[in-house]
Amino acid sequence: MGGFFSSIFSSLFGTREMRILILGLDGAGKTTILYRLQVGEVVTTIPTIGFNVETVTYKNLKFQVWDLGGQTSIRPYWRCYYSNTDAVIYVVDSCDRDRIGISKSELVAMLEEEELKKAILVVFANKQDMEQAMTPTEVANSLGLPALKDRKWQIFKTSATKGTGLDEAMEWLVESLKSRQ
Amino acid sequence: MIKKFDKKDEEAGSGSNPFQHLEKSAVLQEARLFNETPINPRRCLHILTKILYLLNQGEHFGTMEATEAFFAMTRLFQSNDQTLRRMCYLTIKEMANISEDVIIVTSSLTKDMTGKEDVYRGPAIRALCRITDATMLQAIERYMKQAIVDKVPSVSSSALVSSLHMMKISYDVVKRWINEAQEAASSDNIMVQYHALGLLYYLRKNDRLAVAKMINKFTKSGLKSPFAYCMLIRIASRLLEESDKGHNSPLFDFIESCLRNKHEMVIYEAASAIIHLPNCTARELAPAVSVLQLFCSSPKPALRYAAVRTLNKVAMKHPSAVTACNLDLENLITDSNRSIATLAITTLLKTGSESSVDRLMKQISTFVSEISDEFKVVVVQAISALCQKYPRKHTVMMTFLSNMLRDDGGFEYKRAIVDCITSIIEENPDSKESGLAHLCEFIEDCEHTVLATKILHLLGREGPRTPNPSKYIRFVFNRVVLENEAVRAAAVSALAKFGAQNECLLPSVLVLLQRCMMDSDDEVRDRATFYFNVLKQKQISLNAAYILNGLTVSVLGMEKALHQYTLEPSEKPFDLKSVPLSTVPLVEQKADLAPVAGKQLGKTVPARQDIFQEQLAAIPEFKNLGQLFKSSEPIQLTEAETEYFVRCIKHVFTDHIVFQFDCTNTLNDQLLEKVIVQVEPSEGYEVVYYVPAASLPYNQPGICYTLVRLPEDESTAVSCTFNCTMKFVVRDCDPHTGVPDDEGYSDEYVLEDLEVTIEDHIQKVLKPNFGAAWDEVGDAYEKEETFALSTTKTLDDAVTNIIKFLGMQPCERSDKVPENKNSHVLYLSGVYRGGHDILVRSRLALADGVTMQVTVRSTDETPADVILAAVG
Repeated sequence: MGGFFSSIFSSLFGTREMRILILGLDGAGKTTILYRLQVGEVVTTIPTIGFNVETVTYKNLKFQVWDLGGQTSIRPYWRCYYSNTDAVIYVVDSCDRDRIGISKSELVAMLEEEELKKAILVVFANKQDMEQAMTPTEVANSLGLPALKDRKWQIFKTSATKGTGLDEAMEWLVESLKSRQ
Repeated sequence: MIKKFDKKDEEAGSGSNPFQHLEKSAVLQEARLFNETPINPRRCLHILTKILYLLNQGEHFGTMEATEAFFAMTRLFQSNDQTLRRMCYLTIKEMANISEDVIIVTSSLTKDMTGKEDVYRGPAIRALCRITDATMLQAIERYMKQAIVDKVPSVSSSALVSSLHMMKISYDVVKRWINEAQEAASSDNIMVQYHALGLLYYLRKNDRLAVAKMINKFTKSGLKSPFAYCMLIRIASRLLEESDKGHNSPLFDFIESCLRNKHEMVIYEAASAIIHLPNCTARELAPAVSVLQLFCSSPKPALRYAAVRTLNKVAMKHPSAVTACNLDLENLITDSNRSIATLAITTLLKTGSESSVDRLMKQISTFVSEISDEFKVVVVQAISALCQKYPRKHTVMMTFLSNMLRDDGGFEYKRAIVDCITSIIEENPDSKESGLAHLCEFIEDCEHTVLATKILHLLGREGPRTPNPSKYIRFVFNRVVLENEAVRAAAVSALAKFGAQNECLLPSVLVLLQRCMMDSDDEVRDRATFYFNVLKQKQISLNAAYILNGLTVSVLGMEKALHQYTLEPSEKPFDLKSVPLSTVPLVEQKADLAPVAGKQLGKTVPARQDIFQEQLAAIPEFKNLGQLFKSSEPIQLTEAETEYFVRCIKHVFTDHIVFQFDCTNTLNDQLLEKVIVQVEPSEGYEVVYYVPAASLPYNQPGICYTLVRLPEDESTAVSCTFNCTMKFVVRDCDPHTGVPDDEGYSDEYVLEDLEVTIEDHIQKVLKPNFGAAWDEVGDAYEKEETFALSTTKTLDDAVTNIIKFLGMQPCERSDKVPENKNSHVLYLSGVYRGGHDILVRSRLALADGVTMQVTVRSTDETPADVILAAVG
């Protein structure tokens, strides 16, 4: 039955690209994730001053993915790109215990925005290949995710450089977007 | 309202511009479309076009609205439509300075400049460099270096040109890219090579040696790009101009060798460079002129134009060099391109012989109405030059000029003609009447106030002295009836001048002036009333002083003196003699300045003398010297390259002279203190006071003053020689730190002698009407004597020497000796120290040597004696 429906929805999706924002502090791995999703390779990146925007095709679905720079000076501009957003991928550097608090406050501020009320939240606990990385549960608690209400969210452990965890996360995201239709 | 617009559009035929009535707010409203998904590239493109159109029309965008539109635009980066993306680049560049936070597109542009799409890369580099500041430049440095040596020419060129712009922001960073630029300079692409050379040059511009090395390198290795060659020629010629080595350098050889390049562009550039070099000899010019000569017969109009335009310029400096091209230029007279024909003719007018003038003028008159004003001015200038060369041709020229004057044309063009006719009138007395007649006709229908007043002034000066002055009265009075205030006022002044000099016209002039006294304008009424009352007295001296020869005081000085007078009211009437004189002869001023200020007075910017007056008045010792009478030009009292550099300016007051010594210490291991210049007069002059310069550090000019009193008893002893010695205390100091020793020692330095001559006691003052002034002063103090100037061989020399010796102003253009004459009368006027008018009439006769009869008139006895004593 699921297969039957999904074929109908996928044809519907074909007419409209989904709009996804990748946000998070600087150095969390947003740009690496974007290009891993787009071309399937690890590219060398430099700090993003501004944004990168790419069209990503996943399972015949087209996503328009905006990767916004995470430096302190650029975070104020995130809000310029909130409108019409279907989902937010929030990337956290699981090794950066010092700044997890800052990451939380940025996330909270973002989720309060009216324009993002309907957006689905996927948190990537990135850099899981590193030894001292926090577990997804630790990250979720540090970000205060369990307290979120009226929001569909999920956390995944990922490693953009190794390419692990991304498929599961995207799988979940696609299903969530479909079911929301 | 809308209907009206439409109608206008139809009439103007401007329906072709769909953007004509764009509203900024409506366009910005439309720009919200950028936020929609999916993007409609065609519509967004159209909106961006509208925004760019508005920006380029000078529409002002507030920071808020610009930023909002800019951020909306950034969303368009999600589209991969090529045209839309490139439009985004343009928008970024246009909005870089009006929107805030434009750095938001940095990453996207960096990606585009390094991406696979070659069409994006060049434009992305240019856009990126527009939004990048010094701090961000480091971040993109790596990409810029790569782009400079990119194998795609458009990318490399964009990077090179952008680097040139970035240099203004951060020279040091761009300087690090010099190796990449070097590599690009050996590119096979002509544009890349050109741009690379440009960047290399500007990076080294301030280092003469490096530039010379670079030229040397490229001239040896050769270049592919003709553009680069042109650039190299320009650099080389600039270097040649700066160096004073003369033209025997490899640089000149290089430029000359470019005359044999296979590209016409390079050949022309080389020829033009040689021609524009200062001090070029005929032999050096010859090859350049001959390639231009070849270009004259080229089938390409652009080459012919370039050649003839350049030849036209050479013709001013070296007419003989261009003579060789006369035949080719003759062929261009009938060129279908009017600009080429005009330039050819005007060149020929400069180089051709007197016999060809008539023919050329006829030729040019066939199409003069078809060329633009700018070229018409060129023609008029050529005619003006011709008139000075061939005075006999003035009748042909005058007819031609008067025809041109009747044609339509702008202000610059008409002014050129009027100036030209005026100068012809002044040079050739024979042409005066016809010239004035043409000008009279012109002002009958002249829309330019400035020209009308200028001509009226000329009529007032020249008209009364023509055989039949009455015929000009009608033209002048018509102006009073028909024109605006400024012209009416000028006309009233002109009328008065007729009345003052022509007794038979006086009754009529008085009647006319009486009518002008009813004028609606204050200035016109005031002038009319003033002149009417002066003329009614029928006194020659009054006329001369108040109508014919106006005030000669400096306006600024007058203003100050009057202000002072009102501050300290006294029983005495205001003395005009206490006002400093205008140091600039009136003829040299722009006579076309607004005439509202009444008579032609001095200019209102502070003259040199007014500045000195202020400086001196600031020194307490000099406060009571009175008005500064005259300041001399600076005189050097040392050789050019000596230990100390001293020059002197003589400031003459009524009874005193202040010597101002400008001293410079050129020794970096000395500090001079308590510097004075001691003077020892040879005559009865008395040194009163020294004002020392407290200290003279290395290379910082300082001023010290010496005050001397003029001898009272021997009032005719005006010349004197002063032995000058500079005295000072030296403190040796460290040349590097400039820290001086504690102890100093006295020293002195002998300067050259300083001369005070008669010239210092007389101020030049122009009397526009010498005859009237001569009568006005009268013969109460007239002296006459005859001298023989045995060493002078020509009248010209005699005139020049006398003017220089006496330092007086020649009047009535009498400083110009007509050709082939054996006798001449020179009229000089001036004011003697203390404010007495002084006039000299000097009759010169050429026999074996020059005999001179000098007649001096003055309002006081002393000046007349002084002059004769000085001459003898």
